[in-house]
Amino acid sequence: MAERVAPVPAPVGKVRLGLTTRLRAVTLRSEPIRGYALLSPTLGLMILALALPIGLLITFSFWTQVYLDFDRSFTFGRYIKFFTNTEYSKFFESWYWISLALAIPLFVPAFPWKRRLGALLIVGYPAIAFYLIGLSVEKAIYPMLLWKSIKISGAVTLATVVLAYPMAYFIAFHVKKNKLIWLILITVPFWTSYLLRVFAWKIILGYNGVFNSGLMSLGLIEEPFMFLLYSQFAVVLTLAHAWAAFAILPIYVSLEKIDRSLLEAATDLGDGPVARFLRVTLPLSMPGVIAASLLVFIPTVGDYVTPNLVGGTTGIMIGNIIQSMFGKANNWPLGGASSVISMIAITALICAFLWLTKRMKRQIA
Amino acid sequence: MTAVATAERRFGGLGAATAGRRRVNGLVIYAISYLAFIYVPVMFLPLFSFNDSIYIAFPLKGFTFEWYHQMVNSRGLVQALQNSLKVAAIVSVLSTILGTLAAKAVTRYRMPGKAPAVGFILIPLVIPGIIVGIALLVIANVVGVPLSLYTIGIGHMLECTAFSMVVMISRLEGFDKNLEEASLDLGENAWSTFRRVTFPLAIPGLIASLLLTFTISFDEFILAFFLAGNEATLPIYIWSQLRFPTKLPSVLALGACILGVSFIVVTFAEWVRRRGVKGIQVKAVSEVPR
Repeated sequence: MAERVAPVPAPVGKVRLGLTTRLRAVTLRSEPIRGYALLSPTLGLMILALALPIGLLITFSFWTQVYLDFDRSFTFGRYIKFFTNTEYSKFFESWYWISLALAIPLFVPAFPWKRRLGALLIVGYPAIAFYLIGLSVEKAIYPMLLWKSIKISGAVTLATVVLAYPMAYFIAFHVKKNKLIWLILITVPFWTSYLLRVFAWKIILGYNGVFNSGLMSLGLIEEPFMFLLYSQFAVVLTLAHAWAAFAILPIYVSLEKIDRSLLEAATDLGDGPVARFLRVTLPLSMPGVIAASLLVFIPTVGDYVTPNLVGGTTGIMIGNIIQSMFGKANNWPLGGASSVISMIAITALICAFLWLTKRMKRQIA
Repeated sequence: MTAVATAERRFGGLGAATAGRRRVNGLVIYAISYLAFIYVPVMFLPLFSFNDSIYIAFPLKGFTFEWYHQMVNSRGLVQALQNSLKVAAIVSVLSTILGTLAAKAVTRYRMPGKAPAVGFILIPLVIPGIIVGIALLVIANVVGVPLSLYTIGIGHMLECTAFSMVVMISRLEGFDKNLEEASLDLGENAWSTFRRVTFPLAIPGLIASLLLTFTISFDEFILAFFLAGNEATLPIYIWSQLRFPTKLPSVLALGACILGVSFIVVTFAEWVRRRGVKGIQVKAVSEVPR
C-alpha cells in the first residue's frame, strides 16, 4: 500500500513523544498529506499563474479604460459594449426611452394592475428582443465575430477529424509492422514551428505564390487565382493542416484499443464490412473522436496567427480582435470582457457537445 | 456447422479476399496522399530556401546559400535563438520536475480531491492560449511586473507542466510499485530507493518529458507574443520578419534549419517515449474530468 519512507517510532506505554515527532509520524502515515505535499508546488504554480490571473481578468473586464490607465469602478459597460457595440451611456439613454414607452400601459388607469403588468410583459419582451436583434444586426460586430470564429473552428474540426479518421484507421488496423514509423512520420511535422507551418500555406496560396506560379509555369492557367489566399477557405485549410496530428493520435489510440474479437463476432453474426464499421468500430472509437474534436476545436477558436497570416479581412476571427484590443486598439477591459465571453461561450459549447454525445451514446446502447 | 460454413463463406471465398485487398489498397492510397498533404506544404520551406530569388514562386531560379549566410549574420536572429534556448531549457527542466512530483503524487497516493486537482493542473491544455496569455499580461500589468523572458517562461511553465505530468503519469503507472516497496523492505532508505529504483525506471519518461516540454516552449508563440518585453524569442522574431518581403528568404532558411533539427529531436523523443509511454495528447484529454 503506502511506501515506507522512514521508520516511525511507535509510542510505547505512556511515553509521551515530542510534538514534532508526533506531527512527523502523522504526516508520514497520512497518504493525503504526502500526496498533497508532492502536488503542492504544481498546484501553487497553477493557482498563482493561472487561477489568480484568470480571476483578475474577470474582475478586470468590469473596469474601464481611461487613456493609459484604468477606472477601477465596477461596471457592466464592457459587456454591453461587446454585445451591442454601443457606449454605456448611449445604450442606457436609448433604453431609458424604450422602457418609458414600454411602461406606458402601467400608467393607464383603465386596466387592473395585473393586466397592466401582463401587457408590459407581452409587449415588452418582444420589443426588447427586437431591439437587441436590431442592434446586433447593425452594430454588434463582436458577437458576430465570435459566432464566425465558432463556425470556422467547427468547420476546421469537422474537416480535420473526417480527414484524420481513415488515416488513424489505416495505422490501427492495416499497418502490421512499423506502426511506430508511421506515427513518427505523422507527428514530426507538428513539432516544428507552428508559425512556419502557417506561413508555408501563405506562400503556397498567395497571388504570386507557389500554387499559382506552379500552375502558370506549367501553362495550365493564364491568370493566377485570386480567391485562394485571404479567405475563410484559406483559414480552414491551413488550420486543418496545422492540427492534423492532434486529431490522428487520439483516434488512433481509441481504435487500437478496440478488442478485435468484437469485430470477428460482428462478422460471425452476419454483419458486412460497412455495417460492422458503423455498429462496432465507429461507436467504440467515439471517445477518440470526441477527444480529437476538443483538441482541435479549443485552440483554433482563439487562434489569431492563422487568420492574421492567411485570413485577410474576411477571415478575421475573435482572437484577432482580442489581440488588437491589447495592442493597437488599447482597450484592455473590453479585451478582457471579450475573452471572458469567448471563454464562457466555448465552455458552454463544449458542455453541450459532450452532453449530446453522451445522450447519443445512451440511445445507441 | 452452419456457423463454420458462414464464416467460410465470409472469409474464405475468392471474391471476399479480392474485395478486402481492394479496400486496403484504397486506404493505402489515402494514407499516402494524406502524408503528402501533411508534408508537401512544409517541404516548400527548405526547397525555396535554396532558391536564388527573392520571390517565392515557380519556376525555381538557381541554387544558393545566400539566405543561409544572411540568416547566420543576422544579429537579431542569433539573439532571439539564444533567448529561446535559454527559456526552453529552464522551462523544460522546471516543468519536468513539477510534472514528475505531481505525477508521483497522483499515481502513488490515495487522496481526496485527486481528480479535481489533476483536472485543475490540466486546465492550460483545455483553454485557448490567448486567454492564458491575456490573463498573465493583465496580472503582470496590475502587479507591476515588467515583461521579460521570465514572464514568457512562466506562461510556458503552465502548459509544459501539464504535458509533463501527463507523460510522467503514464510512465509511472506503467511500472510495478512493488519494486519500490521491495527496495524499502530490503533496507534501502527513501533517497537511495529513489536513486536506485524509481529514477532509473522513470528515465525514459523523464527524457521524453524534457524533450517534449523543450520543443513546446521553443515553438510557442501565442503566449510569448503577449508576455514578451524587449527581448524576443525565436517565434516572435520570425513573426516580426514575416512582414518584410525582403526578409522572407532568410526566414525560409531558418524554417528549414528548425525543421531539420526538430526532425532529429522529435524522432529521438518519439522513439524514447513510445518505448514505454503511449499517447500523450490522448491521455491529456482522457485525464480531464468531464
